[in-house]
Amino acid sequence: MNKKSFLDSFSLVPHAVWSVLFIVAPLIFVVYFAFTDRNGNFTFSNIGALSDYAHIFGLSVAFALIATVICLLIGYPLAFFISRLKPSKQKILILILMLPMWISLLIRTYSLMALLDNGGLLNTLFEAIGIGPVKIVGTAGAVILGMVYDFLPYMVLPIYTSMSKLDIRYFEAAEDLGCNGFKTMTKVVFPLTVPGIISGITMVFVPSISTFYISQKLGGGSFDLIGDTIERHFQNQSTYNVGAAISLVMMILILISVAVMNKFADDNKGGQLIV
Amino acid sequence: MEQTKIIDLKNISKSFDGEPVLKNINLYIRDKEFVTLLGPSGCGKTTTLRIIGGFEQPDEGDVFFLDERINDVPPYKRNVNTVFQRYALFPHLNVYENVAFGLRVAKVPNNVISKKVKETLALVNLKGFEKRAVSTLSGGQQQRVAIARALVNNPKVLLLDEPLAALDLKLRKDMQNELKALHERTGITFIYVTHDQEEALSMSDTIVVMADGRIQQIGTPTDIYNEPKNAFVADFIGESNILDGVMIDDFRAKFAGVEFKCLDSGFEKNEPVDVVVRPEDVDIVPADKGMLRGTVTGVTFKGVHWEIIVDIKGFKWMIQTTDYCAPDSVIGLYIEPDAIHVMKKSEYSGMFGDYSSYSEEFDELSVADPEEEEKNTEAEDE
Repeated sequence: MNKKSFLDSFSLVPHAVWSVLFIVAPLIFVVYFAFTDRNGNFTFSNIGALSDYAHIFGLSVAFALIATVICLLIGYPLAFFISRLKPSKQKILILILMLPMWISLLIRTYSLMALLDNGGLLNTLFEAIGIGPVKIVGTAGAVILGMVYDFLPYMVLPIYTSMSKLDIRYFEAAEDLGCNGFKTMTKVVFPLTVPGIISGITMVFVPSISTFYISQKLGGGSFDLIGDTIERHFQNQSTYNVGAAISLVMMILILISVAVMNKFADDNKGGQLIV
Repeated sequence: MEQTKIIDLKNISKSFDGEPVLKNINLYIRDKEFVTLLGPSGCGKTTTLRIIGGFEQPDEGDVFFLDERINDVPPYKRNVNTVFQRYALFPHLNVYENVAFGLRVAKVPNNVISKKVKETLALVNLKGFEKRAVSTLSGGQQQRVAIARALVNNPKVLLLDEPLAALDLKLRKDMQNELKALHERTGITFIYVTHDQEEALSMSDTIVVMADGRIQQIGTPTDIYNEPKNAFVADFIGESNILDGVMIDDFRAKFAGVEFKCLDSGFEKNEPVDVVVRPEDVDIVPADKGMLRGTVTGVTFKGVHWEIIVDIKGFKWMIQTTDYCAPDSVIGLYIEPDAIHVMKKSEYSGMFGDYSSYSEEFDELSVADPEEEEKNTEAEDE
């Protein structure tokens, strides 16, 4: 009767195997390590030790939030601008925007550091015009700049996608009903692109909050973020379990924030979410 | 009808990418009138509407609104509202908020908005739909929301861009009646764009027939049907046999090799003309009593009448009759003087009005597809 085709039955198998091996199993390990001590006995002490890391969590959230807001402020107008161009020009600009993403994040960050460092291009220029070397690497600003630089395309692309799907007639209908350009933006374009914004925020906020490389290189070691802390703990056999506990809590934090943002998207039935 | 000109287009020309779309359009629209811009796809009717709405700027010429030049007035400052093709309802708003949109932008107090939205929704028979999401509505219901959203702002002029094109035939007929009734009830000037001649004939006070970026004829539906100005109009509005003829003298026309009495005058002696004979105006008589004689080559049952194709000296006539004629029989035709309409020769002479290549499918093909039209206007936008 209800005979399923070969494709129906087996198309999920490769991904299922993949998920179990590389997503489900590691998650189980994380949970296991988070709730055991070095000898494998069940304990809450790892979770209890997390209060020592509260300020790191706070700092990471703050950095990630600031970077996300800056990305949104730069990315939203940029996405709007691109989406209003002729299709051929849109393609070129999107290509330019995506170019850096073809290069490894590590290399990008490293080259940014080379630009901003004391002997770097920017400071050489500053010295030449007499402002003298300015300390950039090692400041909070440099870390946030690195996050914005690395993750901006992830903000622009989903917003651009939702904007380019907007029917030109929505703009005309808004104008027809009395909206000037600004009101068209606030009353029609913005609500209809909320799903893109939510996707963009998620795609910038999540990697920003968990990054360790950017803060190590551009922060010059002065900023310890969650990512750095986790990395450090996993470098060392003896603190594996604390690292797992931090990872677990961070994952839960991210899940909660994504859920909250998706709730926003659901309230705004503007279109599809692209995460 | 009042004589105030509410919209006046003077010498409007417009090209897209060097392709002329409107060529020197002159048209005025009287207050409270129901005017239809009728023509095949690509004739410039939608562009004309968009110029009135402010979505396009004419390259040349002026647009007047109650004697005030509004070329540079943006759409949001014009006292005109549009019902868009495929509606363009805001998907993030429910029915109530879609209709309330214009009033909210105008900062009308909430209690007034609530009252007006309710009234307007009742006017378009959508009571009780306030909370519905627009995506859950049928095409006909979305159509009504689009009309309500425009009407609630009480515009001086309502522009309707092929509003019924996406609806099925039955619904379209109902909406035609409703729109006509709405026009009478509200007293708002309607400017309606369609490629459907029947729609235009049944709804309009005035029809503007357009082709190739030019106005071919402006007139009442009966004028347009009975006194078409050229072969294009005669062919586009209804069915017609259009024959090559000569006006021998006033009231004397010769075509199909025979001289006929007619009611037309004012032509030069022996001036070549186009002659229109509508298929329903031809009487079938026995072959020996006919003014013309021919062989039936095709018979199609149309419900109300038979549509027969008659070959007369190589020219195929279409005749609509309630009497059955067998294929291959020889029949006579009788044409009353008032069934003959004589037109000046035009660039469209000889292009239409012969049914030799006529077939049902062919007719279907020539009816503009709304999606196709859509693509055309989008191409025009760029």
